[in-house]
Amino acid sequence: MKSLADLIKLREEAQKKVDVRETNKDYRVVVGMATCGIAAGARPVLNKLVEEVSANDYSCTVTQTGCIGLCVYEPIVEVFDKDGGKTTYVHVNPEKAKEILESHIKEGKILEKYTIDAVK
Amino acid sequence: MQDLAMYILEILMNSIHANSKLIKLLISFITKDDEVKIIIEDNGKGMDEERLKTVVSPFSTSRTTRKIGLGVAFLKSLCESCEGDLVIESRVGVGTKTVATYRLSNIDTPPLGDIGEMMMFAIQANEAIDYEFDFIKDNYHFSFNTKEIREQLGGINLDNPDILLWIKDYINQEIRREDL
Ligand SMILES: Nc1ncnc2c1ncn2[C@@H]1O[C@H](COP(=O)(O)OP(=O)(O)O)[C@@H](O)[C@H]1O
Ligand SMILES: [Mg+2]
Repeated sequence: MKSLADLIKLREEAQKKVDVRETNKDYRVVVGMATCGIAAGARPVLNKLVEEVSANDYSCTVTQTGCIGLCVYEPIVEVFDKDGGKTTYVHVNPEKAKEILESHIKEGKILEKYTIDAVK
Repeated sequence: MQDLAMYILEILMNSIHANSKLIKLLISFITKDDEVKIIIEDNGKGMDEERLKTVVSPFSTSRTTRKIGLGVAFLKSLCESCEGDLVIESRVGVGTKTVATYRLSNIDTPPLGDIGEMMMFAIQANEAIDYEFDFIKDNYHFSFNTKEIREQLGGINLDNPDILLWIKDYINQEIRREDL
């Protein structure tokens, strides 16, 4: 059972994390959540990303954007690093999303096979 | 679209993109009136009369990346195919109120879908926006107010992944109670 009282615990945990690690995350993970993205299956992808980042404490934020203008490649996940470098992952599903986090965010290795360059 | 949550998310996203600070959402199922009612009210930038007239037509959007807007038109056609209607009131600089109604017993009514997930996505889209969400099913009434959540959280943002997942699960728990 979830109750509002849980929030006190969540707050303490979140504050602890802020204390032990720098608040600046290494990566920004962005999901295309316009109508085209949602129709193509962005919902379970975004869900999976939030769950995995929560469970593994990955050093990234997960955010949304509108139409990226590449509707045929949706669901799209873009990963931005601290220097502004961008990697575009296409036709992402929940399983691929998990792999992308494990490789790109955890290991710092771009997962080439799911990038837009690999399918173009 | 598969479920009601997705129709509503489209409308919420419009409110989010209109720079709203507060979005009020009511979802109500009243058996004795045989009515489903959904009200989305925002305090965003609003629409002038000309835009308002065209917003329900599927070829209306002020966006430049894509030529057709669909969010409002989808919900309108859902209402119309389920013996109801959709009414939008809007004032520039004040906000927009969308009221959708349809018949609960109509055979074409969509399933409710994942309302917790819908709220999680809306909150994540712009953490700074507050929500007052009410869910009514006959005598049952559940209220969710992000201002109350923020009070409990001190300075922790709502788009923290742990908080987002809690919000999703909490809302679903409350609106999927067995006794409903
Ligand atoms: N709540 C709102 N506040 C202000 N403008 C809105 C609102 N909802 C819709 N609009 C306007 O109506 C247009 C059409 O909306 P919609 O049918 O959802 O298509 P889209 O979001 O793809 O543009 C939007 O581009 C916007 O200009
Ligand atoms: Mg829209």
